[in-house]
Amino acid sequence: MTDAVHTLAVEGITVGYDDRVVVHDMTLDIEPGAVTAIVGANGCGKSTLLRAMARLLPARTGRVLLDGTPIDSMRSRDVATVLGLLPQAPVCPEGIAVADLVGRGRYPHQGWFRRWTTQDDVIVEQALVATNILDLADRPVDELSGGQRQRVWIAMALAQQTDVLLLDEPTTFLDVAHQVDVLDLLVDLNRDRGTTIVMVLHDLNLAARYADRLVALTDGRLYAQGDPSDVVTEQMVRDVFGMAARVVPDPVSGTPLVLPLGRHRTGRGTQPAGEAATRPATERPAAQPVP
Amino acid sequence: MTAVLATDRAAGGVVAQGRRARARRHRTVLVVLVLAVVAVAVVALCVGQRSYAPSEVLRVLLGEQVPGASFNVGVLRAPRVLTGILVGVAFGMGGVVFQTMLRNPLASPDIIGVSAGSSAAAVVAITMFGLSGAALSVVAVVAGLVVAATIYALSWRSGVQGARLVLIGIAVGAMLDSVIGYAMTRAGIYDANEALRWLTGSLNSAFWPGVGPLAAALAVLVPTLLVLARRLPALQLGDDAAAGLGVSPDRSRLALLLVAVAVIAVATAATGPIAFVAFLSGPIAHRLVRGTGALLVPAALVGALLVLVADLVGQHLLVHRFPVGVVTGVLGAPYLLWLLARTNRSGGSL
Repeated sequence: MTDAVHTLAVEGITVGYDDRVVVHDMTLDIEPGAVTAIVGANGCGKSTLLRAMARLLPARTGRVLLDGTPIDSMRSRDVATVLGLLPQAPVCPEGIAVADLVGRGRYPHQGWFRRWTTQDDVIVEQALVATNILDLADRPVDELSGGQRQRVWIAMALAQQTDVLLLDEPTTFLDVAHQVDVLDLLVDLNRDRGTTIVMVLHDLNLAARYADRLVALTDGRLYAQGDPSDVVTEQMVRDVFGMAARVVPDPVSGTPLVLPLGRHRTGRGTQPAGEAATRPATERPAAQPVP
Repeated sequence: MTAVLATDRAAGGVVAQGRRARARRHRTVLVVLVLAVVAVAVVALCVGQRSYAPSEVLRVLLGEQVPGASFNVGVLRAPRVLTGILVGVAFGMGGVVFQTMLRNPLASPDIIGVSAGSSAAAVVAITMFGLSGAALSVVAVVAGLVVAATIYALSWRSGVQGARLVLIGIAVGAMLDSVIGYAMTRAGIYDANEALRWLTGSLNSAFWPGVGPLAAALAVLVPTLLVLARRLPALQLGDDAAAGLGVSPDRSRLALLLVAVAVIAVATAATGPIAFVAFLSGPIAHRLVRGTGALLVPAALVGALLVLVADLVGQHLLVHRFPVGVVTGVLGAPYLLWLLARTNRSGGSL
């Protein structure tokens, strides 16, 4: 791991598929060395934004800057030594052993003449230790459970040894225990190695608890960004998710905890949805939406 | 014992140990396959209407004049066996590149119409334009490339997806088959006989003059394919993951596709499309190797073995003499059915 802190920034990008524009004129600075979570309703463009930052989608206007350089003008391999990506649904080759799959993370570090070395073995082993799957090293990945498999993919991203790691919904398909497990692992990585982490997360409460910074999107536009306790408010939940909710301090972490107000079974101590939504936010002041 | 423990505990020891064990297994599979190819090749050289002892065959190969054997082995059987090995390597390697790259065992050039492209062009060239020899080979190779490019372009929708390419390829293949059928009905009996080789694939016209160009073309194409294939492990993980590892999926796929098609088309020009060798070699190699390493070389060896064994069976073990493609076709068809049935049962997409 180098000590150099790499910067990632988005400058007025517009991104889309075919004739549909998904992300509109977005400008964003990713805080180096922090854990950033991108949140928003389904289809708000959070995965698209992440894919654009990982240069999987070309920006129609604007640019993505890695260390100040437009990312699409850099060599793919150079980008891959700084910026890692764990996509939403990577494909696992049939019958591959855990250590071999993790070893594929070493690809950008291998050149025409530099093949596999002892150093690569050491790095793969460190990645397996960090994700606590060293005892699975020789097992075929397709025999593992969903939670273990996700650890293998994260280990592969670790073996790539990038200072910036982008993850597209790393907790989907996992039960709640494994979700917490994966997020703890990512925070460990952030604390121990100083890796900048940017992830798309569905679960607003987990995002508020685990991220240093939240980026909230609506309809492909930036709604708010900042410290989770500033960003997550009852107003924000209503604007971004179209849902009435109470926001209280999480008794475990002190971070904002969103309690949805559905139409049913919201008995004691709460107001009906309509009223609650019109009440001023309790506890803390609302974050200023980005103008 | 303590020494073993010490190396275990050394940094990277656990990973290195497992990796070395897998590399050993992989090497063992390769050695066994090479020995099997050599053994079958020796049998194919010795056995025939008139059989010779291995020592006689060896003398012929060393350039000595042995009455009878010099003709039967040196002129007839040696180029046949060599051609069989070369096209087997080409079909096996080209096929497994397609299957791995498109992440689909059905995406083999003989299923998705690339081989059919070469065949159709050759049959039309023979029956309607009276072409033969080198010109015919060039037509077959060019047609294979054109058909592959067409299939690729038709299945392009902001990126190429394996299943769509397979379906479009099967449709294109069916169209080309009808072109072959039409050309055959218009052909004279002599031309039809010559054109037949382009339908099933056969080693019957494998003689020394054809071996040189085939070997030369493959000597360039196979190493190129092996170098490009270093991107396959990344591509296998999906386009997004590949891009994350610094491999541009579209550009890499196009380069691999181009060279793999050339390999397949060159082999097809030599012997016709030997049915299902490209389709079967990869999966068989995968079973043998079981995740211990790259599939290209094992698949190439399996391809060579398949062609040699099928040709031996077709020539000597059946009531009639059949071209090699008939025998491989009989082997391949049940596997195709099994694969289709299994795919449907598991409910997955292609």
